[in-house]
Amino acid sequence: MSRRGARSLLALTATWLIASCVAVDVHAEIELAAWDLSGLVSLEGRAFPQTGIDASQRSYTTGFVVEPKLYLEEAEGSSFTLVPFFRYDSVDSVRTHWDLREAYALLYGELGEGEWEVRLGVDRVFWGVAESQHLVDIINQIDFLEHPNGEVKLGQPMVHLTWTGDWGVLEFFGLPYHRPRIYPGRGGRLRFAGLVDRERVEYESGAEEWHPDFAARYSRSFGPLDVGMSVFDGTSREATLVCVPPACGGSVFPYVFIPYYSQIRQFGLDAQLTLDSWLLKFEAIHRSGERNPLGREEGIRTALIQGRGFEGILGQYREEEYVAAVVGGEYTFYSVFSSTSDVGLLAEWNYDERGRRALPRRQPMTLDNDFFIGARLAFNDVDSTEITAAFLTDASRETRNLGFEFDRRLFDQWSLHVEANLILSIDPLDVQYVGRRDGFYEFHLEYNF
Amino acid sequence: MRTIHAYLVRLLLLAPCLVPLSWLGMPPIAHPATPEEIGLKIATESRARDDGFGNFMAKQAMVLRNKQGQESRRQLRVKVLEVAGDGDKSLMVFDEPRDVKGTALLTHAHKQEADDQWLYLPALKRVKRISSSNKSGSFMGSEFSYEDLSPPEVEKFTYRYLRDEPCGDLTCTVSERFPVDKKASGYSRQVVWQDKDALRTWKVEYYDRKDAHLKTLTIGKYQQYLDKYWRAGEMNMVNHLTGKSTVLTWSDYQFRTKLKERDFSKTGLKRAR
Repeated sequence: MSRRGARSLLALTATWLIASCVAVDVHAEIELAAWDLSGLVSLEGRAFPQTGIDASQRSYTTGFVVEPKLYLEEAEGSSFTLVPFFRYDSVDSVRTHWDLREAYALLYGELGEGEWEVRLGVDRVFWGVAESQHLVDIINQIDFLEHPNGEVKLGQPMVHLTWTGDWGVLEFFGLPYHRPRIYPGRGGRLRFAGLVDRERVEYESGAEEWHPDFAARYSRSFGPLDVGMSVFDGTSREATLVCVPPACGGSVFPYVFIPYYSQIRQFGLDAQLTLDSWLLKFEAIHRSGERNPLGREEGIRTALIQGRGFEGILGQYREEEYVAAVVGGEYTFYSVFSSTSDVGLLAEWNYDERGRRALPRRQPMTLDNDFFIGARLAFNDVDSTEITAAFLTDASRETRNLGFEFDRRLFDQWSLHVEANLILSIDPLDVQYVGRRDGFYEFHLEYNF
Repeated sequence: MRTIHAYLVRLLLLAPCLVPLSWLGMPPIAHPATPEEIGLKIATESRARDDGFGNFMAKQAMVLRNKQGQESRRQLRVKVLEVAGDGDKSLMVFDEPRDVKGTALLTHAHKQEADDQWLYLPALKRVKRISSSNKSGSFMGSEFSYEDLSPPEVEKFTYRYLRDEPCGDLTCTVSERFPVDKKASGYSRQVVWQDKDALRTWKVEYYDRKDAHLKTLTIGKYQQYLDKYWRAGEMNMVNHLTGKSTVLTWSDYQFRTKLKERDFSKTGLKRAR
């Protein structure tokens, strides 16, 4: 295991121990009222019809996932949740990884007319309403090894305080430790041209991964309208990749990039209006402080020629400030043609002020001026059969992506997931053009216990 | 919320006039009541008898059977909070099938306007506000639809009393109810059998939008809780068109638990498991 891997493991274990000590201390004199062990074991395979750009990349992989969940609750309702995660990948030793998805103590009680809640430990938090991307969602690092769509997240150590009243919900997050994004290894796909250094991770903050990050969110429902406002101040979850010779540049192949994490501030707004069969959705962010190489190629090239080091090259990157938004909706036809099936239609428009300088948010799309059209067919049968289709197209460039998913229960505890991610075209001007051969098919055979 | 004492005192005070009332313990009707008025009175009284339960928790087990007799199981826990002057708040947490374990559905029912519903997806830890207009859709692939499982708010139907007839050892009133919002319901009408003793529902026939007899629900194994509130132990829904059926068994009823308003908030929903 790498030094950084060992450190992150240490940090996670420490947080888990603190959380469990708090849980044990609080619960010392109280009996366990309920406990529960559940979880998932999944056999998985992924196939890439096209060979990778790099000959060391493999065209298929198999593996498995184990994700048990232990839940302990005492009589007053306080609880402790533990969700470890392990993935084995047959061709990429980096994608073979483990994580502590959740390990937190949860306590709550009355506070005047309202209530308080504390979650202490490693947890996952979801913000937002849109489907094509999760713009405002920022608390957790994504588990990029799992899927390029960014839906799967790494556990994040945190102190999460919630205060709920008639006036809404106010949440505070103290995030003491940063989880860097892990990119696939040499044999893996979906890493596009280069590799990302796991040993050297650079931070803008001198405190590196221990920089205390903060976030807050206020949310409220007004009849059919659900609104959330959020702010995040701290280490970006998205890495800026820096190419520093000799590991990167010249005839070296593949390039090894150094990931750099800026200190950023992000304001977010999300809203959903639910009217009959309509869901109308909106998300927007304003982000400042992140570094971006796009549009600065000239200066970067000069710095490379001059043989300048990491700082000199990074100095050429633009520190940017921008807004991005998603607006769209979902309409569901229930019980179509007198059957039990529902058909949902989704459409969203993704906007990023940076335009061509926008960095990919959901591989392989940059989502700077992109339309998302989706359809969901739910059979509502005994096996919960569901088919979804998603089409993403860049309005100004020739970049198009088409995805299909099929989900069905096979027996009581077994279920099947099949998906296809087809890259219909990628514009040669897109930064993710190097990933043009990474369309793939995937299946999971899951056992839930 | 009335206490049991207050209810008993009221009952005693009313006792003298209960005797001449041939049915329902209702005040005498001044003019010959129309079938619509009688139907509404039955529904109102039936709902009123459930007033004051406060909150309850229970477990539900479903056995889904198809025409060939193949079975599939569902298990969930239900928590319900009575809300003064509005529809109840309820929280359903799924235990089986295992792939949806931990999924939870929060409903804030309303007497007039559309209900508010949020779904909690544990794999993503995401709370999603969902449309509540999906009343007629199948609940977890069973023969029950969402509207079959939500307590019927008096205001959401119009009524017509049909007749009295024996049902087992009891005498039942038979009434029809028609949804006010025709678009939201999967039915054109329902025929309801309720006994005159306690206004428990024993049978419901559901007629689809083309007025074909779609489903029949039979309810049994009633038990009384807190000396007042009747709750069914078993509900059997048969679909006459498909030959499929679902038996829903209720168990572990607990009334007036420490459930609070806050357990039925979006924050509470994220804690459900």
